[in-house]
Amino acid sequence: MINKEVTTIKKAIDGVESGMTFMFGGFGLCGIPEKAIEALAKLNIFDLTCISNNAGVDNFGLGLLLKRKQIKKMISSYVGENAEFEKQMLSAELEVDLIPQGSLAERCRAGGAGIPAFFTPAGYGTEVATGKEIREYNGKPHILETALTADFAFVKAWKGDTAGNLIFKGTARNFNPLMAMAGKITVAEVEELFPAGELDPNQIHTAGIFVQRIFQGEKYEKRIEQRTVRIRE
Amino acid sequence: MALDKKQIAQRIAQELEHNTYINLGIGIPTLVANYIPKGIDIEFQSENGVLGMGSFPYEGEEDPDMINAGKQTITTVPGAVLFDSAISFAMIRGQHVHLTVLGAMEVSENGDIANWKIPGKMVKGMGGAMDLVASAENIIVAMMHTNRAGESKILKKCTLPITGVKCINKVVTNLAVLAVVDKGFRLLERAPGVSITEIIEATEAKLIIDGEVPEMQL
Repeated sequence: MINKEVTTIKKAIDGVESGMTFMFGGFGLCGIPEKAIEALAKLNIFDLTCISNNAGVDNFGLGLLLKRKQIKKMISSYVGENAEFEKQMLSAELEVDLIPQGSLAERCRAGGAGIPAFFTPAGYGTEVATGKEIREYNGKPHILETALTADFAFVKAWKGDTAGNLIFKGTARNFNPLMAMAGKITVAEVEELFPAGELDPNQIHTAGIFVQRIFQGEKYEKRIEQRTVRIRE
Repeated sequence: MALDKKQIAQRIAQELEHNTYINLGIGIPTLVANYIPKGIDIEFQSENGVLGMGSFPYEGEEDPDMINAGKQTITTVPGAVLFDSAISFAMIRGQHVHLTVLGAMEVSENGDIANWKIPGKMVKGMGGAMDLVASAENIIVAMMHTNRAGESKILKKCTLPITGVKCINKVVTNLAVLAVVDKGFRLLERAPGVSITEIIEATEAKLIIDGEVPEMQL
């Protein structure tokens, strides 16, 4: 067994530098690597390119890095719910590359799977297709999208083991398994870390081969963005 | 009387077919889930990674790890399944999802839809909408017929940056049900008490009207 456990957050994020490209798992605030983001927001690293489906909210998630103007460029599919983001984007302080969500997911997956590019119908005929090669398959036009990789991928899982294997919970899975594959160094934070051998291999979602460092985070806030409930009758 | 948003959802629910998988967008489309006709078995897919989405949880039972694509807390129904975003869009791109219902800022008579960007004003991103409209076999749009200034949102050509080309099949608005056909929008139904003249006045696109146009049955 190759032991991936790191005992401190400091060791988990060792080697991060200004100008690097980072991936962050999560959808909205669901399944984001809270602990890694908190730690990165305390460092003096800037000019970051961040690949994440969303950009957090003003005072939580990637909003923390935005507030300190650590991010130079965001690659996302949806960036509503963040006033600071909108301000920096409209004033051109922040460069933003908006891409269709399915293409974003597949570009991360491709990056981790050794596929440099692929054709997809999503975005044909729109701004997204500008400058991209177009080819017709089965009578339908498709655009060429390239793979994404990152210097560091930060992901969050529910359970993990010291071999780096991960199990996700609910819809907190989202982009995490894909980004885990696409990071040169993938840092996984988990709510519960087990010794290797204690998780059932049949139940593992992400194989430890994709994870370089793993640590157990404490006291997850798991903020809910839109609390919707039904009335008891 | 023009329909309210709930009634638009109610009318769209009549389009749901037995044994199908359906993706509902944010806004009016989400409300469609409240009006599933009796005897119809369907499953809702939410592109953040769940098939078999249920209703909102009871207060106190919200789970931050269980949300829909609108980031709202949800529950699942028996038989539900969870997956990652790449698998989710494989379901969508691979046309395993049968029907997509989504909102729009503008639609045009050749089947284009615009719903992700107002240059210089609002740029939130397309989320999953571009993947959905590029691949779905059947797309129903839920929208208001005109904007707050009373200008038509049913156009000859979209003025906003588009989300997809020649992709939508049907539009249900507060005034009418329209089908996208070869040479324009065919007026299928009108809202109860709304005249054909009112619909023509609120529509910039070419309208095709054949004979009697029935009122919607809600």
